[in-house]
Amino acid sequence: MTTGTGLALTWRKIPERYNLMGSKCDNCGESFFPSRKICPNCRRRGRIRKEKFSGKGKIYSYTLVASPPSGFELEAPYPMVIVQLDEGARVTAQLVDTAYENVKIGAPVQVVFRKIQEEGKEGLIHYGFKFKMTPGK
Amino acid sequence: MRKVAIIGVGMTEFGEHWDKSFRDLTAEAGVRAMEDANLAGTKIDALYGGTMAAGRLIGQEHITALIADHMGLNPIPATRVEAACASGGVALRQGYMAVASGIHDIVVVGGAEKMTDVPVNDAAAALGGAGDQEWELFLGATFPALYALMARRHMVEYGTTEEQMAAVAVKNHLNASMNKYAHFQSKVSIETVMKSKVVSDPLKLFDCSPISDGAAAVILAPLEMARQFTDTPVEILASAQASDTLALSSRKSLTELRATKVAARKAFEQAKLAPADIDACEVHDCFTIAEIMAVEDIGFFPKGAGGKATAEGETAIGAKIPINTSGGLKGCGHPVGATGVKQAVEIAWQLRGEAENGRQVKGAEIGMTHNVGGSGATCVIHVMKRAD
Repeated sequence: MTTGTGLALTWRKIPERYNLMGSKCDNCGESFFPSRKICPNCRRRGRIRKEKFSGKGKIYSYTLVASPPSGFELEAPYPMVIVQLDEGARVTAQLVDTAYENVKIGAPVQVVFRKIQEEGKEGLIHYGFKFKMTPGK
Repeated sequence: MRKVAIIGVGMTEFGEHWDKSFRDLTAEAGVRAMEDANLAGTKIDALYGGTMAAGRLIGQEHITALIADHMGLNPIPATRVEAACASGGVALRQGYMAVASGIHDIVVVGGAEKMTDVPVNDAAAALGGAGDQEWELFLGATFPALYALMARRHMVEYGTTEEQMAAVAVKNHLNASMNKYAHFQSKVSIETVMKSKVVSDPLKLFDCSPISDGAAAVILAPLEMARQFTDTPVEILASAQASDTLALSSRKSLTELRATKVAARKAFEQAKLAPADIDACEVHDCFTIAEIMAVEDIGFFPKGAGGKATAEGETAIGAKIPINTSGGLKGCGHPVGATGVKQAVEIAWQLRGEAENGRQVKGAEIGMTHNVGGSGATCVIHVMKRAD
């Protein structure tokens, strides 16, 4: 079990973890995930607002995690990817429902809602985003 | 600003020290450095200590007060510095600034980590805190996975190969086999590295630095006072540090560490030197790809040429630029908080001509240390010169 799993934390993260809610600066146009309070490009001139991302993008880099952290043993080995979202921001996530040999840079992917980890039999179950390859592409 | 010199160095053997505690390790390294400097504890004005995760690894915070206590240095000020795997290097920079500014004269800088008192997965989880906990580790990434994501891009953009990465491990094990302080004492072949178990594709077990226990210490003094203590002071010509995003996905490029590039540029400006002037350099090879990126980002080789240069032997002892004569993190071991200080210990030995067992770089006059936190969110670089 990694940290970052407290009750209030889990509740607070729902928009980002469930709905891929990031932010965008209307001054420079750059999108960010996770969301930021301050635009690192524009700082005081920045105009940051929330932005929900479409969840569509392309694989920017990938790996296969063969030695998993605690809590992910049953899933290993599993691919992790960095996705370049269509809106421009990048996000790190697991890739599911895909044979590793088919994973390649530039392949189109889309977000899916999945269980991330759970705290034993009676604890919280943490949900969030993963990605899968876009069918037919 | 006063000129600052290293007047004494010492370290413990790195490895799995089942019989030694955090207190034992720090006291051992500290005493060795003080004996090397011919210095009484009563002369020391302040202590800076680098440790990344003592709270999670041994359940102990407030760690530098504990070190001062067990080194018999009370009541001097003792300050902890934490910057993940760069904790030791940043502690050295804090000590350097304290002496350069004139606030303190004699400062001891220590780095330590006791990592084998918890199961390996707990140690790995503690190390994970060096990355973005909420948006990398929580989602299933590991530290090898983060460096694997960088390695994959490096392979795609520059044609770097797994064999070239393996060459880093082979060289660093060879250097470690000549270092009695190193965690690993045996050489390995390219085949051994290539056939080792995949940890996070394309990184295999032998691409990864180990989990080690250990401590290292250096004593700093104003250069003008250094000769009271030693005939072989080592002057710190430059100390530079830079930061970057914790999350890899927030960076424009995955094939370079911007913090390294910025810190290296500033360090060369301060020292009024260029990469070609460096005779020996300890770089942060937590994974083999990290050394390849480091030798490019510092400027020893053009971007994309680090893998080929390593495979062709250009970073070996006696070649163009000897990298990681200690064995690096890969061969010498990686007790996280100790690493940045150990790099300074090794470079001091190289510049004093005291590196043993065939790993001495002949005539080394100028050396460099490169210490990275996490996947590159902190980088701290020091340039040093023999000043006798």
